Amino acid sequence: MIKDQKTLKVSAIKSGTVIDHIPANNLFKVITILGLDNIKKPITFGTNLESGKLGYKGIIKISDKFFVNEEINRIAMAAPQAQLNIIKDYKVVEKKVVQVPEMIEGIVRCVNPKCITNAEEVKQKFIVTNDGEVSLKCHYCEKITDQEHMAFI
Amino acid sequence: MHNKSLISINDYSKDECLKVLDLAEKFEKDPVQNLLSGRVISTLFFEPSTRTRLSFESAVSRMGGQVIGFTDSTSSSVTKGESLKDTICTVANYSDLIVMRHPVEGSARYASEVSNVPVVNAGDGANQHPTQTLLDLYSIRKTQGRLDDLNVVMVGDLKYGRTIHSLLMALSEFNVNFFFISPEELKMPNEYKLHLKNKGIDFHEQTDFTGILDDADIIYMTRVQKERFSDPIEYEKTKNAYVLRNNMLENTKETMKVLHPLPRVTEVSTDIDVSKKAYYFTQALNGVYTRQAIISLILGLKQ
Repeated sequence: MIKDQKTLKVSAIKSGTVIDHIPANNLFKVITILGLDNIKKPITFGTNLESGKLGYKGIIKISDKFFVNEEINRIAMAAPQAQLNIIKDYKVVEKKVVQVPEMIEGIVRCVNPKCITNAEEVKQKFIVTNDGEVSLKCHYCEKITDQEHMAFI
Repeated sequence: MHNKSLISINDYSKDECLKVLDLAEKFEKDPVQNLLSGRVISTLFFEPSTRTRLSFESAVSRMGGQVIGFTDSTSSSVTKGESLKDTICTVANYSDLIVMRHPVEGSARYASEVSNVPVVNAGDGANQHPTQTLLDLYSIRKTQGRLDDLNVVMVGDLKYGRTIHSLLMALSEFNVNFFFISPEELKMPNEYKLHLKNKGIDFHEQTDFTGILDDADIIYMTRVQKERFSDPIEYEKTKNAYVLRNNMLENTKETMKVLHPLPRVTEVSTDIDVSKKAYYFTQALNGVYTRQAIISLILGLKQ
């Protein structure tokens, strides 16, 4: 009964994608990275929901929207443990987990103010390291941008 | 290595580094070789670095090549607001290879991506200066006869020192014992110590010279800069603790050499200059042979 109450906090969708296990403090980052603020589909989200895994989590439900893997992996920086449930006719037909890519372009700003990517129009490019926590090594200035200092573009 | 830019010391494998050293050795025996006849090398110095620029220009001249370029950004179209990309794309048309120094970190890597001729990084801010590292390796191997089983003492600003970090990375490919001597505020960053641990390489750190110098094979000195200290009083208190004087070398090994990337201020006392253990000026000369080797490998003039 209690379990049901939890799931009812954000209403179910007929068809679309549910992104679960987003760290509560990064929910809006995920929305920005996926460009959800610009799509014309019904979206509901909840945040600061209790989570065994994360303490507090966020969840996003997007009707009639399905992501390709490349898009999903873009959120790895903000929500490396996120899980995607693909919903068709109110049922979960597929589950996908985020895979941290080896390299990312754009998405995040290099933390180093003296980096060329912050001085000229050069697209950010990072080598991703993942030893528990995701951090980014700038392809240009070779400085590390850690999770704490990640500023999403 | 042919046609490949040299931006970071990590761009070269251990074997490639050794190849540069072997060829530099040949240039030392026979420095005047007419390999670059009709070739043009650009030296683009967006910030001044007289020593590095002259060393590159000397290397090119000894091989019969021509040098074009500028010595600081005030004499280039950068002052008119031209982007780095435009400068590089233009100059790439005029030359076979670009040597560049730029204050912005990562600028050299970016230049190598937009240029259609190879780029050699002669320093991009606090990031990389790979030819310095190669000439340091050359100097160490030449004076010690090897790069393995050495006690290397690094002194001074180990926190921000670009040359120190690159040399550490390069030497970590060999079996070297490191000794770090620096003020508390300028200690070797953890990422480098972690790298050494992962490689199973011994290091030892302390804040003064006590008990270390006599076993050293190489003492690598660097400047402790005032602007690195948050507290100026702390700087005044510590600056004299990292000065190397001739009397401190009395019981050091006969073969021990003192290296310094130059320019030096006070950290290596001038009374060491007459000692045969002083090597920093020869080290600068080795820079010319090393750069001759790098340029001729990149242009495919030597194998």
